[in-house]
Amino acid sequence: MMEHEVELLKLIEKNANLSVNKLAKLMGKKPAEIEEMIAHLEEKKAILGYSTLIDWAKVANEEEVTAMVDVKVTPARGVGFDKVAERIYRFPEVKAVYLMSGAYDLSVSVRGSTMMEIGHFISEKLSTLESVLSTTTHFVLKKYKHDGIILEDEDDDDKRIVVSP
Amino acid sequence: MNQYLSKQVADLKPSGIRKFFDLAAQMDDVISLGVGEPDFVTPWTFIEQSFHALEQGYTSYTENAGMIELREQISGYLNKNYNLDYQPDDQVIVTVGASQAIDLALRTIVNPGDEVIVVEPSFVAYVPAISLAGGTPVTIQTKAEDAFKLKPEQIEEAITPKTKAIMLCNPNNPTGTFLTKEELEPLAEVIEQHDLLVLSDEIYAELTYDENYTSFPSIARMKERTILISGFSKAFAMTGWRLGYATGPAELISAMVKIHQYTMMCAPTMAQHAALEALKNGRQSLQDMVDSYKQRRNFIVSSLNEIGLDCPNPGGAFYAFPSIQATGLTSAEFAEELLQEEQVAVVPGDVFGANGEGYIRCSYATSLKQLDEAMERMKRFVAKRLEKKPVHLEASN
Repeated sequence: MMEHEVELLKLIEKNANLSVNKLAKLMGKKPAEIEEMIAHLEEKKAILGYSTLIDWAKVANEEEVTAMVDVKVTPARGVGFDKVAERIYRFPEVKAVYLMSGAYDLSVSVRGSTMMEIGHFISEKLSTLESVLSTTTHFVLKKYKHDGIILEDEDDDDKRIVVSP
Repeated sequence: MNQYLSKQVADLKPSGIRKFFDLAAQMDDVISLGVGEPDFVTPWTFIEQSFHALEQGYTSYTENAGMIELREQISGYLNKNYNLDYQPDDQVIVTVGASQAIDLALRTIVNPGDEVIVVEPSFVAYVPAISLAGGTPVTIQTKAEDAFKLKPEQIEEAITPKTKAIMLCNPNNPTGTFLTKEELEPLAEVIEQHDLLVLSDEIYAELTYDENYTSFPSIARMKERTILISGFSKAFAMTGWRLGYATGPAELISAMVKIHQYTMMCAPTMAQHAALEALKNGRQSLQDMVDSYKQRRNFIVSSLNEIGLDCPNPGGAFYAFPSIQATGLTSAEFAEELLQEEQVAVVPGDVFGANGEGYIRCSYATSLKQLDEAMERMKRFVAKRLEKKPVHLEASN
């Protein structure tokens, strides 16, 4: 991949809200060049989407519960873990699925509006899948940092003096 | 009480920056492009290493010249980056910021009446530091049409039988001007011909964006006549830790250590531990900051030019130095009116030397959000002036 494509990706990974004009200025390119690069990166699925990081705890009546579920499964001949992973990641409640090294096979992140809702999903849907051998569920109590962003950074104002040599 | 002041101190002019600081500090909601330091907080790993050192009980003095492990790291770093070869035991001194290194170097070499050349527009401390060391500052005014690059003939013109040394700062504060190897070599020739010493302030060396950096002592035959001054403040975002260093010929460095041991003892121990971590494991943090400065440089330079303030692309440091002549205002008027009307602080160029008149220094070591807002405000401010002065706008094109 070209160096400027990597630069562009790093910029929008940190802030997907930057306008094409601003990106062009930051990278010393023309807006049309940026648009072309983005189109190209979208086409080859290097860019998969643009999301916003929201602290739902700050939004009234929209609190959410997240559980990290360690799942042990039986892999299937020919397709390994991929088939069972797909059975799991198709559920909209499932926000992330990773194949892990170590004590269990799949790490599944599940989101719901109540603990009960998540419990229901795990007992009814996830653990009843044929290839699932066992599940261990951990509920998230507090988010400190997510995707490189600190959620409660209360004290991040500029502490520098206004003018200095 | 003034009669008790030493004549030298009484004669010292207060910094023009100070005056402007007092003005800006009284106001609310100021976006400051007047800050000569990084907006990044020191990378966490350096801070954490300093905590660890404190927990381990590293709270006493270090060797006068600084911890030997740190001097070894500095020596290795200069070797790796600039192909320089300095012995950690007698050619490196760790100081309280590059500022102290400048002071020590000057006090080490200056006899009363010796002249030291300063290239303006320059960092505000050089001239007073030379006076305080008992020397006579002689200034060279680089020209806007040369993109504020020093020319060898300008050094020739400034040299007298009393000239002892020249202070160089590359990349330069406040202009951001960056001199390449090809531009430094002719300067080195004149310097050698006239047997001058060089105090090379390379505090912004890591912050260069387009071309490879050449450290002055790496130029042929310059190492034996150069004191290289640098530090951790700018590249590693460690201004408040006050940690710098100087390297040079052993005779000069040990003389600097002599002054240092009587006047400072040593640089702060906890800061030395943080610096050690910076050199050992700080490369990625540094690179991330450099990438970000480069993007903001691109952003501010194209914005300033769009606004109608002619601004060449600075090759290094984190300052843009646009001309404000199209507005018909002086630097001081521009800075004061901009602060009053739009609450944006910039530094008037004339505080860095007479040839800085007609320019302002805008630091882009500020978040993109703040920079963006500052550019909007400056656009409004400048548009009003350009309406009034259409003739000047044409003249500047």
